[in-house]
Amino acid sequence: MKGNEAIAEGVIRAGCDGYFGYPITPQSEVLEYLMTTNAHERTGMVVLQAESEIASIHMVYGGAGAGKRVFTSSSSPGISLMQEGISFMAGTELPCLLLNVVRGGPGLGTIQPSQSDYFQAVKGGGHGDYKMIVLAPASVQEMYDFAKLGFDLAFKHRIQVMILSDGAIGQMMEKVELDDQLPRLTDAEIVSKYPWATTGKSADRERNIITSLDLNPVKQEIINRNLQKKFNHIAETEVRFERFMCDDAEYLFVAYGSSARVCQKAVQLGRERGIKVGLLRPITLFPFPTEELAKLSKQVKGMLSVEMSAGQMVEDVRLSVNGAVPVEHYGRLGGIIPAPDEVIHVLENDFIKSIN
Amino acid sequence: MTREEIIAPEHCVYHRTELLTEAPLSYCPGCGHGTAHRLIMEVLEEKGLQTQTIGVAPVGCAVLAYDFMNIDMQQAAHGRAPAVATGIKRLYPEKTVFTYQGDGDLAAIGTGETLHACNRGENFAIFFVNNGIYGMTGGQMAPTTLPGMRTATSPFGRDTHTMGHPLKITELVAQLPGTYFVTRQAVHTPNAVRKAKKAIEKAFEYQKLDKGLCFVEIVSNCNSGWKMTPQEANDWMEKNMFPVFPLGDIKLPKP
Repeated sequence: MKGNEAIAEGVIRAGCDGYFGYPITPQSEVLEYLMTTNAHERTGMVVLQAESEIASIHMVYGGAGAGKRVFTSSSSPGISLMQEGISFMAGTELPCLLLNVVRGGPGLGTIQPSQSDYFQAVKGGGHGDYKMIVLAPASVQEMYDFAKLGFDLAFKHRIQVMILSDGAIGQMMEKVELDDQLPRLTDAEIVSKYPWATTGKSADRERNIITSLDLNPVKQEIINRNLQKKFNHIAETEVRFERFMCDDAEYLFVAYGSSARVCQKAVQLGRERGIKVGLLRPITLFPFPTEELAKLSKQVKGMLSVEMSAGQMVEDVRLSVNGAVPVEHYGRLGGIIPAPDEVIHVLENDFIKSIN
Repeated sequence: MTREEIIAPEHCVYHRTELLTEAPLSYCPGCGHGTAHRLIMEVLEEKGLQTQTIGVAPVGCAVLAYDFMNIDMQQAAHGRAPAVATGIKRLYPEKTVFTYQGDGDLAAIGTGETLHACNRGENFAIFFVNNGIYGMTGGQMAPTTLPGMRTATSPFGRDTHTMGHPLKITELVAQLPGTYFVTRQAVHTPNAVRKAKKAIEKAFEYQKLDKGLCFVEIVSNCNSGWKMTPQEANDWMEKNMFPVFPLGDIKLPKP
């Protein structure tokens, strides 16, 4: 199945209660799949095409505030429109699952794959101090797997989880292993599991209020400090990454998503030519595998961050390494995917030569 | 009669509904918001709906509505209350859901969300308090500001040539097939209050019957923003607001 279809199937099987979304290339298959496979008949899941991405994200806010498992998806320009609602959900600590199938920008840009929304996803794209957990799938299987993982993390930490995919992962077809259908939570289970949710004020509790407003700056600072505490806890406990041929590596690619697939092949090409190169693939972009990169900086002679952007993740790689070894960036822009031989050529002829 | 006899329960002619909290209202003296809050909460209490109601507060003067309404509530981003309410109601179709919004929230920044929720026939109630001005931010021009009306951002009066005309959004949503009951009320006299309460009752009753969107506008005053005493504001409202926003039912259920 396609990556976009895999995540749609993934959320259904993970017991998702509602999807609210708006069509945009290259991710419209998500909504189409949920409609054509009759998600509503299968599990009772609500699927609604909204009038805009802004409306979609605020429908997600309403559903999440009532303790339901809700999901929306879009692509870059649409995700920009959603930033208002994402910031409100950060302020109210509402769990939800978001998917950005990234296309090239800025503006309308192109409908071809890109990774130029890294900053927006990882640094908090809306206003205020906040972070989301950001998962970066590199296969159709991971598009599927991260649906359940995303919901689990979102509710574990009461946080927004964004799956930062791209047009290549969303559109390509691969085999996927599916799990059994998980049941959706009943309303009674929601009341007992999520005592903060607005499910109707019963006599045995105070009213529940979902709000990000506190006009008292002293209280607002406490709220913000508690949010930061949560983000720090996530940074300590939820880092995920994959090492590929790193054990004896002298040089390291750092790449996620589609770029990691390209670099995996480039590692093999490099090894055939006698270059001891490995790949570190961050699976969580926030939290970032800072410690692992710091460790590897004691082993390798240099790192090349390969991204389909003008160089965004490379800043986090540099911060992790803190000057211990040279860190450079190689990227293609505007919807171009670099080829493995192009990447290994850059490593060999530009990067390695420049640092030796 | 002793004091105890006078305050005996059987002599009680009025009491504050328990669905209003004891928090002092943050509204200006003379403002209609307090009455509108009270009516909605009274109706919910009388219908026994507290345990199954979720309200959505706007951005505007009523941003803190959840401080006063003793029910589960969500505070929405500016103008997005109908989208938030859509999310809640679609996932809890058996619960009672309403939004409470002002004119800037509903008829300017949230026009899209309002029209589409109405057009989809979402089965919740929208309570729309229209006082023709942005009260909370200090009296700027609103979509429903009258022609020639002076505000902080139309200091020489609203010039319809450059600033547009008052948006009669209630008449607009009445045109959409998704709305079931659309009415315009006021809360500045005892008679108006009685009528407004009836309209609010109907809105919740139709929701229970799954009839679609019920839209109740309440034309109200803003004595602070209009820079008048409460009495002057009410008189001015009758004389100037009501001709543009005439009271009464705009769309009634077809028999």
